[in-house]
Amino acid sequence: MTENLAEQYALRMVNIEKYFGRVCALRNISLEVGRNEIVGLIGDNGAGKSTVVKILSGVFPPTSGELYVAGRKVDFNAYSVKRAHEYGIETVYQDKSLGEKQVLWRNFFIGRQVTNQLGFIDVRKEREIANEIMLNMIGFRGRGITVDSKVSKLSGGERQGIAIGRAMYFEAELIVLDEPTVALSLKEVGKVLNFVRQIKAGGKACIYISHNIQDVYEIADRFIILDRGEVVGNLLKGDITREDLDTFLLDYAHGLQDKEEA
Amino acid sequence: MRRARTIVTFLGRIEGLPIALVLVALYIVFILTAPRVFLGYRIYMSFLQTVPPVLVCALGLTFVITAGEIDLSFPAIVAASGFVFAWMFKTFDAPWAIWIGFVLALAVGALIGYINGWLIAKIGVPSIMATLAAQFFWYGVTILLAGGLQLDISGIRGSIPHSLFVGRLFDVVPVQALWGLALAAFLWFILNRHAFGEAILFIGDNPEVARVMGVNVEATRIKLFTMNGVIAAFAGLLLTMEINVFFPTQGQGFLLPALASVFIGGTSIAGGQGTIVGTFFGAYIIGSLEAGVVASRISGYWVQLVQGVVMAAVVILNIVIGEGRVARLSDRIRHWIMPARLSSAAELPRTDAQR
Ligand SMILES: Nc1ncnc2c1ncn2[C@@H]1O[C@H](COP(=O)(O)OP(=O)(O)OP(=O)(O)O)[C@@H](O)[C@H]1O
Ligand SMILES: [Mg+2]
Repeated sequence: MTENLAEQYALRMVNIEKYFGRVCALRNISLEVGRNEIVGLIGDNGAGKSTVVKILSGVFPPTSGELYVAGRKVDFNAYSVKRAHEYGIETVYQDKSLGEKQVLWRNFFIGRQVTNQLGFIDVRKEREIANEIMLNMIGFRGRGITVDSKVSKLSGGERQGIAIGRAMYFEAELIVLDEPTVALSLKEVGKVLNFVRQIKAGGKACIYISHNIQDVYEIADRFIILDRGEVVGNLLKGDITREDLDTFLLDYAHGLQDKEEA
Repeated sequence: MRRARTIVTFLGRIEGLPIALVLVALYIVFILTAPRVFLGYRIYMSFLQTVPPVLVCALGLTFVITAGEIDLSFPAIVAASGFVFAWMFKTFDAPWAIWIGFVLALAVGALIGYINGWLIAKIGVPSIMATLAAQFFWYGVTILLAGGLQLDISGIRGSIPHSLFVGRLFDVVPVQALWGLALAAFLWFILNRHAFGEAILFIGDNPEVARVMGVNVEATRIKLFTMNGVIAAFAGLLLTMEINVFFPTQGQGFLLPALASVFIGGTSIAGGQGTIVGTFFGAYIIGSLEAGVVASRISGYWVQLVQGVVMAAVVILNIVIGEGRVARLSDRIRHWIMPARLSSAAELPRTDAQR
């Protein structure tokens, strides 16, 4: 196979635009994520971060623009969450990743069950694999949590662990985490960050979204800054210190304010 | 003692066990209050004859409520299906017309259900409104077509479909009870072991989660209401064949008993969790209450009141032994069985063994 330029990226967006009715949520978004890179996506409330995520994970198509996954151009007419899963894109949302009242083994396989031709679920196999994921990938041991536990019994960090473990099991090339640490205690946040480090160590890519700049700085290799639907910054971690990043964000906010006042 | 604890926990896990026990308890009470009626087998055979149509409706409704939706149109479907079946037989008066009528009736149920599902999933009409309108509309259409008259179809007696669906096994057991049981078993597998059932569970839990996890929420909702239409039509067929007559108001009294069966069975109105076994016993409880209360020679004025009390009691029971409380209950029972000091000593080897 010939290495074409695009293939060094797990994901590439070119001039993506998204309108909700007449509201423009994204304008001219071009960005890329390396094959083994953790990209921190930063931006204020309403900047468009989740909209970017939903487009690349197949929840809805953009109004215009192009998306490449591992060098393959995505046909948005045939793109869906299922297709994104097949392409190796897994998404973990703050609160929308697990069915609260459902047992864990169901949560691991929802949307892509192990079934026979008639669509009946192979429960034994699913429970077996779920158990394996919990022991080997997430390291849930002797905490009273089994594959038959309901999600509602888990702490926030454990829930994110399940969602990330699920993503890793399905051999995601790119795992997207949209504010996975909201409403978590410090200790639980630590767990989530550890899961992200596992993604990096496993040679996969990750997009990490958080309002906590400290966490993002700690975990990401590169930062993409969104503001009101546009990319306004693209910085390598090596090129900027934590303080400078803070200042950049603050300056940016002030700069905009100044413009508005002027 | 460890065994006592595991047994209690285990029993608490058996789907629908509490509600089954309530049914047994109810029959014991009726045997005490009306021994002459409830010690004979006839009363039970009459339950097996009258309950299945409501039970069948309640089984379908269990899916709908588990998905976080509601369907108020099934009584109209019971009427429409009975009409189509009876009209076919009346009009063509031939054995083949029975089968064609049977299939057509199910198809009409599917069509009404599909339209419900389409309005709900594609247009976004809340299911309570869509199906309420459908109830009025399709019931209205049925009355109009029937001209408000009943259709006598006693001619189907002795035909194969008649004995297949509403005959008497060994000349006593109403066959429709077996159909109700078989349908319950089948739907249990669909809800608990099929990808479609799992989609229903997740949609009822949180449709957004289902969507981002790759479940086709719209298609599943349409399938759900279509399926419920077919199931209600089947209930209509059982009813019409059993009584050998179509009458325009048939099924209109099913709404509340079917809903009550689902809820006392333990299915949550919040969605995301439903029990077919619970609905099964729930339907028999609801179907037995009136006859039992009447046979107990309590004045007829009391019937509804007693029914209300029993329903409330069962729903409260479901909540008390539901999620999370079973463990506490089993703990408490363990403590009744033996003193605390002993019980904590017995705990130690258990945790060791777990490691
Ligand atoms: N389904 C939708 N319909 C209409 N407008 C939408 C929809 N989803 C998002 N928007 C709008 O698009 C813009 C971007 O929203 P988005 O959720 O992507 O922001 P975000 O960066 O994720 O913000 P937050 O940090 O608060 O999560 C907002 O102005 C929002 O109101
Ligand atoms: Mg967001």
